[in-house]
Amino acid sequence: MGRSGAGAVRAHVQEEDQFFRGARIILQVGKRELKAADLGRLRDKFGDLEITLAAVLSEARLTQQAAKALGLKTQLAKTPAHVAAAAVAKLEPGLTMAALMQQTLRSGRTINHAGHVVVIGDVNPGAEILAGGSVVVWGRLYGVVHAGAAGDAEAMVCALDLSPQQLRIGKLITTSPVRRGQPEPEMAHIRDGQIVAERWVPKDKFKRLT
Amino acid sequence: MAAKVITVTSGKGGVGKTTTVANLAAALAAEGQRVVCIDLDIGLRNLDVVLGLENRIVYDLVHVVEGSCRLRQAMIKDKRVPELYLIPAAQTRDKSAVTPEDMVRVCNELRADFDFVFLDCPAGIEAGFRNALAPSDMVLVVTNPEVAAVRDADRIIGLVEAEQKGPAQLILNRVRYAMVERGEMLSTEDVLDILAIDLIGVVPEDPAVITAGNLGSPASLDKELLVGQAYRDIAARLLGRDVPFMSLKPKTWYQKLGTFLNGGDTK
Repeated sequence: MGRSGAGAVRAHVQEEDQFFRGARIILQVGKRELKAADLGRLRDKFGDLEITLAAVLSEARLTQQAAKALGLKTQLAKTPAHVAAAAVAKLEPGLTMAALMQQTLRSGRTINHAGHVVVIGDVNPGAEILAGGSVVVWGRLYGVVHAGAAGDAEAMVCALDLSPQQLRIGKLITTSPVRRGQPEPEMAHIRDGQIVAERWVPKDKFKRLT
Repeated sequence: MAAKVITVTSGKGGVGKTTTVANLAAALAAEGQRVVCIDLDIGLRNLDVVLGLENRIVYDLVHVVEGSCRLRQAMIKDKRVPELYLIPAAQTRDKSAVTPEDMVRVCNELRADFDFVFLDCPAGIEAGFRNALAPSDMVLVVTNPEVAAVRDADRIIGLVEAEQKGPAQLILNRVRYAMVERGEMLSTEDVLDILAIDLIGVVPEDPAVITAGNLGSPASLDKELLVGQAYRDIAARLLGRDVPFMSLKPKTWYQKLGTFLNGGDTK
């Protein structure tokens, strides 16, 4: 890719600043020969815009080697045909879209998403998740979380350690009680006009208990 | 030989950034390293005081970036250790007097002739922090075992990661062994549990650090002090040596007697 090409991509991305922020970008450069230094510079520029350069697809050997040297992927994982087809088709009934975040959210980081949010990692104190739907955290939830931010009272919040600074579902707000003993996976939802957090119990075990 | 540019930052104020810079720089210079420290807290400079070089300032960092003096003219040489220099901050200006590009330029000019360049970052996450981060090769985050300080450190670590200057390394400063034992203070493990970055040093709380700062003589140059040893250990780790973390547990009078009888120091 020549200077002008890189510039054009960057200009487009800069224009759509908010949309691309936090995105992962895959570059398709055809037969163009790019050195590691070129790709590195491009990656840094994207980095400035908070965009991750995930992969570089090219037929040129030099470009492929350069991308590999930088630890970038040079081919995408093959998606099985039925999954690929499902991705473009309408969602099956009962399924809704969710956004996945595979990173620990440190203090000051905010995630806004109209749908559900899944985080694999911790949500540290001072971080914030605002979701239109439910929030699932595979990790420790210590920050502020608002599920059903547009008013959905059916939304839920689940975490392996549910100890948020503040937990909001729909229009209700609560804080975490002081934890006694070891943290356990819990889910919070609205019952009888109140937010309640319940220990997660497998269904059959639950039956045995009652 | 190219210098390593180390940014010392914390987010929160008053956790010991300037003290850390002064002590690490002095310890490294005492080891024969060529060290420059730059105070980036423009308008609220302190590093000159802690290093005891306050009354020798003629030119400062702002003079350098504005071109009213040469870089060498603004470098104040410390007399106690062979190759330790300070580039002080201006006291009469504010953070906008310097840009991140200026800092990259100044640091690049220093790289050829030195082993370490320390950047003493001001508190906060605004312009001063950006200036200190831009030329950085390595980031040391200083925090105290207090919830508020750890919260700010977490924020800073996130910002460092976002700028791809990470992974930052942690210095846990002002640890009180007795309070940790009683469960009244966050332990090193508690802090690492939240921050999840590599630890490069644990420094005990010691009033001697305040005295040393007032006298303008870094504690790391005092071989008698445990806290001085903690700083010297961090300096050794920066030189790539594998130094085990020392125990902060105070010696009992019985152990002290033993060391005394063997002719060792009893601190």
